[in-house]
Amino acid sequence: MSRLRTAASALSGGTGPVIALLALVFAAIAVANPGFFEGPSLMAFLKQAAPLVILAAGQYFVIVSGNFDLSVGALVGAQVVIAARLIDGEESRTLPVLGVMLLFGLAVGLANGLITTALKVQSFITTLGMMLVLYGAIRLWTGGAPTGGLSEAFRGPGRRGIDGLPLIGQLPWALLAMIGLGAAAVWLMRTRFGRILVATGDNDLAAERSGARIDTVRTAAFVLSGLSATIAGVLIGGYAGVSAQVGEGMEFTVITAVVLGGVVLGGGRGSVVAAMAGALAIEALFALFNQLALPSTLRPSVQGLIIIAAVAYAAKRSARRPVPAIATTTTDPS
Amino acid sequence: MQITRPALASAAVAALLLTLGCTTDDLQEPETTDQAADTAEGDWFVQADYQEQIAQRDIEPEGDPAAPWLQAIEPEWVDTEEFARDGGDATVCFSNASVSNPWRVTGWITMQQQVEVLQESGAIGEFRHSDAADDDDQQISDIQAFVDSGECDALIISPSTTATLTPAVQAACDSGVPVIVFDRGVNTDCAVTFIHPIGGYAFGADAAEFLVDNLEPGATVLALRILPGVDVLEHRWAAAQEVFADSELEILGDEFTGGDAAEIKNIVTQYLQRGDVDGIWMDAGDGAVAAVEAFEDAGEPYPVMTGEDELSFMRKWEETGMTALAPVYSNFQWRTPVLAATMILDGEQVPAEWVLPQEPITEADLDEYLERNADMPSLHYAKFGGEDLPGFPDAWRDR
Amino acid sequence: MSARRLDTTALIYLALAGIVALGGVAVAVRGGNLFSTANLVDMLTRTSLTGFLAIGMTLVILCRSLDLSVGYTAALSSLVAATTMDGDPDRIVLGAAAALLIAGLIGAANGAIVAFLGVNPFIATLGVGLIIKGYLDTEYQGPAGLVPTAFQQFGYTRIAFVPVSTIVMLVLAAAGIWFLRSTRTGHHMYAVGGDSDIARMSGVRTERVLMCAHILCGVLAGVAGLLLAARFGTGSAESYTNLYELDAIAAVVLGGTLLLGGRGGVAGTVAGVAILAVLDTVFNVMQVNPFAKDVLRGAIIIAAVAVYARRQLSRTARRPRFADAGTAAETGRS
Repeated sequence: MSRLRTAASALSGGTGPVIALLALVFAAIAVANPGFFEGPSLMAFLKQAAPLVILAAGQYFVIVSGNFDLSVGALVGAQVVIAARLIDGEESRTLPVLGVMLLFGLAVGLANGLITTALKVQSFITTLGMMLVLYGAIRLWTGGAPTGGLSEAFRGPGRRGIDGLPLIGQLPWALLAMIGLGAAAVWLMRTRFGRILVATGDNDLAAERSGARIDTVRTAAFVLSGLSATIAGVLIGGYAGVSAQVGEGMEFTVITAVVLGGVVLGGGRGSVVAAMAGALAIEALFALFNQLALPSTLRPSVQGLIIIAAVAYAAKRSARRPVPAIATTTTDPS
Repeated sequence: MQITRPALASAAVAALLLTLGCTTDDLQEPETTDQAADTAEGDWFVQADYQEQIAQRDIEPEGDPAAPWLQAIEPEWVDTEEFARDGGDATVCFSNASVSNPWRVTGWITMQQQVEVLQESGAIGEFRHSDAADDDDQQISDIQAFVDSGECDALIISPSTTATLTPAVQAACDSGVPVIVFDRGVNTDCAVTFIHPIGGYAFGADAAEFLVDNLEPGATVLALRILPGVDVLEHRWAAAQEVFADSELEILGDEFTGGDAAEIKNIVTQYLQRGDVDGIWMDAGDGAVAAVEAFEDAGEPYPVMTGEDELSFMRKWEETGMTALAPVYSNFQWRTPVLAATMILDGEQVPAEWVLPQEPITEADLDEYLERNADMPSLHYAKFGGEDLPGFPDAWRDR
Repeated sequence: MSARRLDTTALIYLALAGIVALGGVAVAVRGGNLFSTANLVDMLTRTSLTGFLAIGMTLVILCRSLDLSVGYTAALSSLVAATTMDGDPDRIVLGAAAALLIAGLIGAANGAIVAFLGVNPFIATLGVGLIIKGYLDTEYQGPAGLVPTAFQQFGYTRIAFVPVSTIVMLVLAAAGIWFLRSTRTGHHMYAVGGDSDIARMSGVRTERVLMCAHILCGVLAGVAGLLLAARFGTGSAESYTNLYELDAIAAVVLGGTLLLGGRGGVAGTVAGVAILAVLDTVFNVMQVNPFAKDVLRGAIIIAAVAVYARRQLSRTARRPRFADAGTAAETGRS
């Protein structure tokens, strides 16, 4: 049990560097363009950042329990395409289709979880395979490019908000969703489930010996990731509509975000708030590049340098040995 | 540019040491200079090509205007009798770069429908295709496999990248099979015919000229691009820069979006926070609607805008009544290569460089093209040119 | 140890034989012949590029690291080679050396960031990949340089039906097998991947071993870049878009190497590469829809790894297991 308590205390720590990074980036933006922090433009920034933040919360559950979910980008894309094809512009279909998407997202998460835990396939491979399957299957289904169209009601959560407020103008639904889901994630991590999740990522054998059902919590983490990808898909589809490229590459961005938040790949350490702050920091970084009018070809280089530097700084601070790259459900040294 | 021999020789030795260091458990970090840094290339602008394409826009193409996929601008006809074969039922092989975007998906459906017609008429027997998923190396293998099989009577190639596919296409030509290249070209003229619309310079210039004509001097323009390094796209931007350079428009920036709607909306929203954007120039229409919505959501007046003949953009254009142009990279070109293959196998003359017409859709044609494509999905291209094929409209609508 | 490894490797070659047989039957049913010279050439050609990358990837994965930058490294070295050669046959050796040197240095940078800065390899190599991407996008807006015809032979010549590039790949694979079995550093790689703390305590200089694996991985990515340059006749920045790194990782895991490190080998990797190549050729000959290809690839990768995982599980279940992944985090040893 002491192990569980140690893990729980890890929940509160480790947010320092990412908050500092976030503050630094925001300060730089403020210098480049003070107008960025006026109500409406700040709301616009948070609206477009919300999907990645929600995705980061979902990815956090998977990573902290010692796995990876590389399939989320493809799942976000698949969800938007499914919505467009099934809704096909009919307002009345919005709610039923949202239900279908929810089931689909949970099913993909469950499949990832069961393949990883029951079939003992390393999550990197499970979710890489799932990424390929989703990418291909969704295009097979729509003949290569998205068809149909979204309804106005579907667009609402991602695009609109409560209008006419003083100072900020519009309070985006996406921001409310982000805050609500963030709070739910924090609450979840304070429950017994959250403690077992961290303990599982920290040391699955010890967790198992102390009676935790590690396969169940790990599978649940994948299901939560599928859920977060579904919600992110609803918000992104709402925000920008359908395009063939939606969701592409998001899996790498979101894993980077979570790691920037001080969450350790391999599991067991880091907090969900920090993971979400990491996502916000990445989005802020992209906004900063834009504000500075940095040549767009150079941006990947600067991004690469910053994430390496930030993670190296955090690693030096905690002054531990290099952490393992990959964690799986079986830890077998030889 | 020139690297001195001693430097290179020491570099080679260092590389060796670097590798050998491993087996001896004694590793040293050699110092070296970055040698690639000063070989900046990639000036995409070729004045002669630019001027040729600008001129071609005003030349009346030969052939029936009702079948633009068979028209040709200033063709130089070449004999193909050496490739003539009797008996129909030819095996035609097609190495496709990919179907990774809606433009290629639309064209690929059109090509398959055209093939069905030719199969029914008996001109084509078997139609084989391979898809390289945008991987140049994969496409080289695909082409080699077709050549090695020895079973292709004609080989159609849509290269994924111009320069890199050149050796493979040359090898295919050398094998004696008639080769037809379309869309992007290669750096060899060994193909029997190279089929393409006028080109990227014309596309980019059409769009840029429209902005110059419809915006006041001093107005601001944001350029949205898909990705760097792709020749057909780089030509569009090079031409636009040429046109903008002679204008009094202020170019706010050029941004890579990957064609992702969410990315486009983010970028445009952020530019709008910093100041006015009067015009949007795009190198392809993917995600154009998201750019328009960014103006709506920010409560800004619609920009003067150029997208592409993708229906989602054209429908938004009609709905909002904005000032816009849909430059076209003629999608109907996907019909031409299979028709050319049958012509070549019949020994008929074909143009050595088959330049297809490429006309933008303007305000005046907008309603007509929307009407013609009323049943089509939103990520479909208005000038796909398949209306007279038997599969129309189901093949494109229910793809 | 070696007996067990042989076991797994034998299983993988059995799987390869099975896939070849199944593919042969499937193609025969459709009236084709998978074993025609043209198809054999095609299969072997497809093994070389992924092969180079996967051999290097095997080394880093054995050390429980990862390299997501190999696609970018290959693209950069194709450009360095092509621009240095610049069409002059006398400069072939210099061009190749320069490309391999740059690639080796990138590997060294990856290794240093992982080993000395303590950055998780996933983030370190993703970041280095982004840095290279920014450089490529800024510096080369498309293909550049010219490869002399003599060097293009590396990509196009074949002896009977075996391409020269495949022979080179097999020679390097043999060298890799020898390296892992017969050199001290090779043995140390297994030790570092098994448990770097135990390895360190028994006197292995883990940082050095990690550096070595990353450098070799970089150099092999450089060889892949040379092959690209030979086949393209020029250098191509765009080749990084093909996600070669994920193909290589999939091949390594298909070849029975654990992503956890410490177990596996190059012989299995070659079989993994061959499995992917055979699948590609079969799909091509059978004219499988390109999107269905992705679905099948994803499903086959997951299924194959599930089969290996099951065997490894049943073997390890009989032996006592030692926890490794999480314990270090708590004891804080360094």
